Amino acid sequence: MINAGSYVQIHKIILHPLERSAQVPMDTKAVPLEMFVKGFLLNDADLNDFVQIKTVTNRMEQGTLINITPNHKHNFGDFVPEVVQLSKMIKAFMDGDDC
Amino acid sequence: MDMSYLGVMSRKNEIMQKSVGIDYKKYEFGSIAFDYEKMMSDINYSLNDIKQIQLENGVGNTPLKELKNITKMVRKVAPKGKGARIFIKDEALNDSGSFKARRASLSCYHAKKMGYKGVIAATSGNYGAAVASSAAKLGLKCIIVQECFDSKGMGQPEILEKARLCEAFGAEVIQLTVGPELFYVFLNLLDKTGYFNASLYTPFSVAGIETLGSELVKQCITQVGREPDVVICTNAGGGNLTGTARGIKAETNKKIEIVGASVNLKGLHMASDKDFNRKSFTTGHTGFGIPFAANPDRSDVPRSAARPLRYMDRYVLVNQGEVFYLTEALALLEGIERGPAGNTALTAALSIAADLDEDKMIIVQETEYTGAGKHHNAQISFAKNNGVNVYFGDPEEEVPGTSIVLPNHPGLIKARVVDLVHLKKSCIKNHIANNKNNFLMYEDILFLMDEVNENELFVLETIKDLNVKEIKLKGGNT
Repeated sequence: MINAGSYVQIHKIILHPLERSAQVPMDTKAVPLEMFVKGFLLNDADLNDFVQIKTVTNRMEQGTLINITPNHKHNFGDFVPEVVQLSKMIKAFMDGDDC
Repeated sequence: MDMSYLGVMSRKNEIMQKSVGIDYKKYEFGSIAFDYEKMMSDINYSLNDIKQIQLENGVGNTPLKELKNITKMVRKVAPKGKGARIFIKDEALNDSGSFKARRASLSCYHAKKMGYKGVIAATSGNYGAAVASSAAKLGLKCIIVQECFDSKGMGQPEILEKARLCEAFGAEVIQLTVGPELFYVFLNLLDKTGYFNASLYTPFSVAGIETLGSELVKQCITQVGREPDVVICTNAGGGNLTGTARGIKAETNKKIEIVGASVNLKGLHMASDKDFNRKSFTTGHTGFGIPFAANPDRSDVPRSAARPLRYMDRYVLVNQGEVFYLTEALALLEGIERGPAGNTALTAALSIAADLDEDKMIIVQETEYTGAGKHHNAQISFAKNNGVNVYFGDPEEEVPGTSIVLPNHPGLIKARVVDLVHLKKSCIKNHIANNKNNFLMYEDILFLMDEVNENELFVLETIKDLNVKEIKLKGGNT
């Protein structure tokens, strides 16, 4: 069980595929418009429960509890050999070893 | 109250007027015209007022740095005697890491002055962090609405990083999957909260950038002894170029060429779920640059203050692989590590400088911060994981969404010229398409001349084949 007051992330469908705007391309129209918001859980709940949260601007939002540890996972990416090669080429060019 | 999609969208104008505090209708006249300069001057903040507001909020006065080694690189590939000096305005040093701090500072200051309790901005770019930072300083609540994930839940790393920074400044971040109906969520929030719409396209947001243009002219005169010859602006929604050009014009009468530069993402649909994560640039690209230049009022306010065709002398495109090359070169040769999207204008400068004499001076007017997600290594890695083919070769071969071609020689980097005449004609056609009457007043013609910075003949030739029955001159003559 996740305690009330925990900082969590919820998920909500804003528009189902049939409700989507006429101007969006077919691939987008085939999927729903989804929303993800973080905030403090108002009542004790379990993962995947429909819950209410209070956001950091004190707004109330409702949705499915999907994440109890909403951490940031983005990073500098995998090792990219092309970037190392690029660095080597630029230095060689400036040092006059180019072509 | 009808809170459905159609219900909220039908109240768009009412919500907008309340959330921006501007009655846009009062600037409209003729059949299609509107008084742009009056709208800009009605904000009642002089350039000096804005400088003072920004100074008190940790914004502006960023250094102008000469990129001697990048210039040296240009001269190694340019014909003898060619290779203009390149300078960069290091806007990443603003508190929130980009020139967007200038836009946000004035918008948030005005929101506070008008008594709004909070601000909302719909942006996946650096502007979100800029609004969040300014709001934090002023004690305003802040909500940022982002288009962030595809339908598989995969987030663009650059946008995820901007979400993190917004949260660091205390903002609430609402993240959405792909689609222009983000506007519905945005309107709904404005309606429910009564917060200020810190849109990128209000007069406050564009006037905030005028200090950038003014500063760069002054710095050039102080550091080099004269005004620059060319200023290159990364162009997306058009505000950056518009505000910078207006600031330059406020500071000097000397003719300075204003160049817009965008990353070429031709072929990728901006509202496509599948294309969303096949691009390595989420701003500064043609997906915004071209449609917003041709139709500025497609923005999130009724009349956009960003009108780049009024000021743009040349518009050029560069490719993704070329910008990654310059991003790496900037770090390696100048010791300045910055985000790739902010280096779009720098990439164009490499090519433009090679065509100019050595005594000419080019200013690249922005940089942006870099870091996890916003780093070129993160973007290239993400592209590869999404099936984009990354290889060394001739950048001309690059197909957005399919390949990223890293140039194997700096001489291959090109600023490809966009047909500005065609773009201006498109802009006029879009205005005519919005015409509720089947005639134009002469004042509409004058408006169109200002709108595309062309003469009467150009405008009349363009509208000749369009569905305009007559042009009414003053006094009722046609």
